[in-house]
Amino acid sequence: MPDTNTREPLLEVSGLKRHFPVDDGIFSRQNRSVKAVDGVDLTIAPGEALGLVGESGCGKTTLGRNIVRLDKPTEGVIRFEGVDIAGFEDRELKPYRRQIQIIFQNPFSSLNPRLTVGNMLMEPLMLHGMKDRAERRARAQELLELVGLGAQHFDRYPHEFSGGQRQRLGIARALALRPKLIVCDEPVSALDVSIQSQIINLLRELQEEFDLSYLFISHDLSVVEHMCDRVAVMYLGRIVEMAPAGELYRKTYHPYTRALLSALPVPDPTVEVEEIILEGSVPSPVNPPPGCHFSTRCPFAKPECSTATPELREFEPGHFVRCSRLEEIL
Amino acid sequence: MTAATQTVQAQASPADHRGDVLSVDNLRVELRVEKGLLAAVDDISFKLKQGETLGIVGESGCGKSMTALAIMGLLPRPIGRISQGSITLDGVGELTKMREGSMKQVRGNHISMIFQEPMTSLNPVFTVGFQISEAIRTHERLSGEAVKKRAIEMLEMVGIPLPEMRYSSYPHQLSGGMRQRVMIAMALACRPQIMLADEPTTALDVTIQAQILKLMNRLKAEIGTSIIFITHDLGVIAKMTQRVLVMYAGVVVEEAAVRDLFKKPLHPYTAGLLKSIPRVDREAGRQRTLHTIKGVVPNMLALPRGCRFSDRCPDVHEPCRKWEPPLAAADEAPDGPRRVRCWLHRKPPTDA
Repeated sequence: MPDTNTREPLLEVSGLKRHFPVDDGIFSRQNRSVKAVDGVDLTIAPGEALGLVGESGCGKTTLGRNIVRLDKPTEGVIRFEGVDIAGFEDRELKPYRRQIQIIFQNPFSSLNPRLTVGNMLMEPLMLHGMKDRAERRARAQELLELVGLGAQHFDRYPHEFSGGQRQRLGIARALALRPKLIVCDEPVSALDVSIQSQIINLLRELQEEFDLSYLFISHDLSVVEHMCDRVAVMYLGRIVEMAPAGELYRKTYHPYTRALLSALPVPDPTVEVEEIILEGSVPSPVNPPPGCHFSTRCPFAKPECSTATPELREFEPGHFVRCSRLEEIL
Repeated sequence: MTAATQTVQAQASPADHRGDVLSVDNLRVELRVEKGLLAAVDDISFKLKQGETLGIVGESGCGKSMTALAIMGLLPRPIGRISQGSITLDGVGELTKMREGSMKQVRGNHISMIFQEPMTSLNPVFTVGFQISEAIRTHERLSGEAVKKRAIEMLEMVGIPLPEMRYSSYPHQLSGGMRQRVMIAMALACRPQIMLADEPTTALDVTIQAQILKLMNRLKAEIGTSIIFITHDLGVIAKMTQRVLVMYAGVVVEEAAVRDLFKKPLHPYTAGLLKSIPRVDREAGRQRTLHTIKGVVPNMLALPRGCRFSDRCPDVHEPCRKWEPPLAAADEAPDGPRRVRCWLHRKPPTDA
């Protein structure tokens, strides 16, 4: 199991699959499905930030939603503090809802426009048993201070806030029940550069203050590198490489990660990156290539790559790679 | 902007435009919004040289897209209008005074534009072949056969596999990257002098972005189009452009060659932006805290007195809150090609 930390993992995911059935019409005899998440193993230690990067459609958001249990996995285990919550129904999940929270990408559509900020923050407190109204109010005001907005915003509505401020509200809401794990799904992608860095810093400060664990989902490798202790790279429903954040850039092993990093425009015109430009686009997850999913676009692919599925193996301590030809192509 | 610089630019003779395909002078774009009248673009001037890629970088609401729409004559009506200034296109003339009929000829033929979201800029009920053909037919008299042939050539040129088959595809049948290729094919169908690209790769994945950027550079070399590349992504700016305008709250705050800008940003806003992006290529000392620019972009209806960046500037000093600095060469290098709008680089007036 990928775990570089000596502490007991807070979250342990193994063999997680989420397949969505495809409707081919009632006369179709095939039972096809979109294999959004197709066998993912990962762990997150208390206080650790694990980054999850990949391109659109790789299954990173589906994975995040399954961990928060907004969605039910088809197969596999999601062990939170030792308890497998993968198959839990709503009632059994309730105690875990407060432990695992989520922050969404779009701060404009993820806040209820008809609730004042104060009511929005007090609602989960009430649902989870904080009976005293004055106490709830005090906690909501404290949350606003925590995310750098100030209690004076208590009676305002979401539309009165800018994008960055709304993302702060989203963070305040996620923090309301003192969770241990927060899934951050592209929390800064919709924000301007100068605001993005403010939010990243805020997330880091909060992490230190409350010993939070993050699953930080993003398509932006530089943000993930900066935010996280470890990074997992996902391609077509599977993790293809996972390593400590600093190491992934220095020692990039999987051909997909190499291409992803080389495609990242470096904000320095004097830096010449040798670009690996991948041909074509990501294949459909309904019908992923057999064997290694990346074999159709991999510059190093050999015929055998499309027959056997490579395992995610520990190539170096703490550095996992899913490629059967790794020794040959280095 | 000071009156002095305005007159100098107004008197510039046509000879000064040689080598410039486009010249924007003292352009001001006003938007009438619910709460009042705002200058989305406030007196900006720049030139686009033949064969050059000029970058315009800035955050949401800084006026970069409005600048592009003003050049295209596509400002949102009835709320937007050009209230001042001129846009001169080499070989065509002044665009701001042109009638809509003539402007239609200019668009596509001389200047074309690609947008951020290819799905919303393509018509979902027509095939991509039809839409490219339409662009060609509008501007050139060719037989039906010839138009189709040309459209297929364009699809091939932008790297779409099986162009004959894709000619009859509808936009929804293509991936995001392929749709952006179709947009580029359409934009370049009439070999325009200028292509305006407004965040053309923002909605795309990085590996697809790399493909599109490479394609744009190849086509630029083949067709000889000059490009205005609008983006918020400094990485893309570094990779694609030769010269950069940095915009903030409706004005240009810095103009420089791309290498100079990244090596030594003069304006505190540019410097702040460059410092606040996380970088993967810097190995040593992954800093725990990112640099931030405090505060938020000012309300365009209530701009701060003096410099527009003064409320957020780490180097703010007295003159900044009194007078708005002009965009001009820095005192350190009065004859240099760089321009900056900041009192740190220019002696402020002694008194008002």
